[in-house]
Amino acid sequence: MKWLMCLLLVFALWMLLFWEFSLSVLASGLFFALIVSTLLGDIFPDNLHSLFNPRRWFFLLLYLPYFLFYCVKANLDVALRVLHPDVPIHPGIVKVTTTLKTPLAKTALANSITLTPGTLTVDIDGQDLYVHWINVSGRDLETRSKLICGVFEPMLRRIFE
Amino acid sequence: MLESVFYWFIAVGLAFDLFGCIGLIRLPDVYNRAQAATKCVTLGTCLILTGLAGLAVTRGNGAMCVKALLCAAFILLTSPTGAHALVRGAYLSGLKLWEGSVEDAFADRAERIRNESSQPASPASPEEGVTHREEAETA
Repeated sequence: MKWLMCLLLVFALWMLLFWEFSLSVLASGLFFALIVSTLLGDIFPDNLHSLFNPRRWFFLLLYLPYFLFYCVKANLDVALRVLHPDVPIHPGIVKVTTTLKTPLAKTALANSITLTPGTLTVDIDGQDLYVHWINVSGRDLETRSKLICGVFEPMLRRIFE
Repeated sequence: MLESVFYWFIAVGLAFDLFGCIGLIRLPDVYNRAQAATKCVTLGTCLILTGLAGLAVTRGNGAMCVKALLCAAFILLTSPTGAHALVRGAYLSGLKLWEGSVEDAFADRAERIRNESSQPASPASPEEGVTHREEAETA
């Protein structure tokens, strides 16, 4: 089942990238989809039934503009710091905790963190995230977790958990 | 009219790419540079590709639109993952933070990871584990 889903996904991507229906494209697409799904089918996410849950897709669509807004804000912030004559940064690696449980949700959180306000995920250890922060602020774990993860957690929980 | 909007997308994307490159030169260490490189360059490149997709639609080229959007999605997914792997690798191989850094919460965990990865290999190559630990101590 998992293997088949992976195969279909890879094949669909292949067809979208080629955008033509000729026999050679179909055959080579099937060939490469077979190779990829045999090699990587094991690490394909488990909870497949949730893929067909329209509520998750709705929140994913909602999440995209929300995320984009924070992404643009972060970019302007970093651009300002870079162009400022003094380069005003106070970098450091801080530890924050997340309440998300599933690996997929944590991956999405880590990626979202990396693309938003001056933060870059260095490592994940259980519920702890080690984040490189270009402008360290906040004193304790809770304020920092709220500042870094709090923005995305509620949305990501609805999408992935 | 609509076409000029998409040209603006491409122009703004190029500007963000430029900021990312300036950040690469001006910021002090790998970790800060990775920040500039991932954020600005990801958004910039995605904007360029979105503008391209829009232009493709106005010219009735559906294939180009789908391809550009797929590329944007791939960059959005892979660029932060790549930066994460690079930075983690840089830290574990002993690269220090910039001296102006205010905090380093990862040091203990990095030490543990180094010890774990060097222990299975230590009977075969004991020297390697020792140098790793020495590096960690000086850092």
